[in-house]
Amino acid sequence: MLKGRVWKFGDDVDTDVIIPAKYLRSVDQTVWPKHVLEGLDPSFSLKVKLGDIIVAGKNFGCGSSREQAALAIKWAGVAAVIAESFARIFFRNAINNGLPLIECRGISKLVEEGEVIAVDLDRGEVRTNNGMLRSVPLPPFLQEIVNSGGLVEYYKARKKVH
Amino acid sequence: MGSTAVEKIISRSAGRAVQVGEFVEVPVDFAYLHDGTGPLIVDALGKMGVEKVIDPDRVGIVFDHSVPPYSDQAATLQAKVRKFARSQGILKFHDLGEGICHQVMPEKGYVSPGTVVIGADSHSCTLGCFGLFSSGVGATDLAYILATGGTWLKVPETLKVECTGVLKGKLSSKDLILEIVKMVGTDGATYKALEFSGEAVRQMSQSSRMTMSNMAVEMGAKTGFMEADAKTFEFLGRTGPVVKTDSKTETVTVDAGSLDPKVACPGSVANVKSVVEVEGTHIDQAFLGSCTNGRYEDLYEAAKIIKGKKVHQDTRFIVIPASKTIQLAAQKDGLMDIFQEAGAIIGVTGCGPCLGVHMGVLGENEVCVSTSNRNFIGRMGHPKSSVYLASAQTVAASAVEGKITDPRRFA
Ligand code: SF4
Repeated sequence: MLKGRVWKFGDDVDTDVIIPAKYLRSVDQTVWPKHVLEGLDPSFSLKVKLGDIIVAGKNFGCGSSREQAALAIKWAGVAAVIAESFARIFFRNAINNGLPLIECRGISKLVEEGEVIAVDLDRGEVRTNNGMLRSVPLPPFLQEIVNSGGLVEYYKARKKVH
Repeated sequence: MGSTAVEKIISRSAGRAVQVGEFVEVPVDFAYLHDGTGPLIVDALGKMGVEKVIDPDRVGIVFDHSVPPYSDQAATLQAKVRKFARSQGILKFHDLGEGICHQVMPEKGYVSPGTVVIGADSHSCTLGCFGLFSSGVGATDLAYILATGGTWLKVPETLKVECTGVLKGKLSSKDLILEIVKMVGTDGATYKALEFSGEAVRQMSQSSRMTMSNMAVEMGAKTGFMEADAKTFEFLGRTGPVVKTDSKTETVTVDAGSLDPKVACPGSVANVKSVVEVEGTHIDQAFLGSCTNGRYEDLYEAAKIIKGKKVHQDTRFIVIPASKTIQLAAQKDGLMDIFQEAGAIIGVTGCGPCLGVHMGVLGENEVCVSTSNRNFIGRMGHPKSSVYLASAQTVAASAVEGKITDPRRFA
């Protein structure tokens, strides 16, 4: 069970606003979380705290395949992203890097910025001040990838078995 | 009950009949990556402890995002991927100056109809117009493919877009796909495969088809499938099976014959209007290029409009062919001379200003009309700059007038 303070964003949050391309070709990977979501809120990286949760509208993470978008969010300390829906490449990238996600219809209307919500990833449940929402949890093998900490760890664990 | 073309292709690869909604592990016939996603892929393979990729013949690498590198860090990261390509014996490696990956892979004939192709770039959906399943993933997914030869997929539903009629006059497949994005929306095809069909698609060139499949991801789709035909085989220099959908799918219809020129206005690719509605909007830059519209026919149509005229004095017009092969053909036919005489700036082949880091970055409050595929906030530069997406014809006409202009004014 995760508990965290909510930062709210709208629909169609694209990877160019999550992390603009000009920061991608940096050999210093610590720059990514410093610029996370600056396209929408230039001071976001200063305000976000370890364990906070992002709640967004539909099509979160649309646009480019840059994995740095998922990494920037994870390394900024965000514990989970809950959205009405996700763009599919971002969805894969988040899972592959162990950033928990829940696709949860109705969440953006129910939750207010700054409130603390509780998230049960295994059951796909989100508890808010205005009530609980249930969503479909990830299928077991994707859950396994997230639980391993991402696709790299999952690969290493499977290799040992074979 | 039949199946969709995409179901059939994934079934062949999985070695059993798969159904929509199922999660399957499939072997990947061909995988490719570029200098943008490459460094993280090399890192991920290192963390996995993988010393040899499973089959170097099934891997393509193209340096297209930073051509030539615009910073010491970009150069350092390219060097890392270059070393990786050499040490792995990857022969389908195309260093700086060959073109954009989505153009170079089919141009070299590396992909075949009926197969599963995965690229570490969101616009890998482009290759779906060669009668195959092609989709984009991130770096770690691609590393997993290089390590194991396979990936996981959720078998997508298909949303068919039936394009009736035939494109006329100064209209191009870019106008058609912009109209389709407007109809379907930016997330209307999420987790789905788009399949473009109908008379307009059959009649158009393979290059025009690439423009349409390229933008499938702007509607959230996994791929932009089209049935292969003689034009497909000619482009690839190889034949293959023609896989067809023979089941019922959700279908939307668009009449290509009644379109007028379109633009996607700043902020969202679905914010599509007719050019006539925004005609006269001042522009600071016009860009002709990218994996959407940097092909020979785009240069040709633009050159026809601009021939003997001048680029407007307040506009910079940047022209970048999508590959070296295209550039050489255009040069031979005098198209590049036409652009240069008109006052355009010719860039070296690659992604150029499309992703907003070099070779034509927009300043504060600047406006660009571009043939590329994304107009998100800050995509081509300053967060307060804006981008209108349009066809090669509209971009060329606008470059001459210094404002957004209907190309039909140029007879
Ligand atoms: S031209 Fe633009 S959209 Fe195409 S691959 Fe390059 S950066 Fe991506």
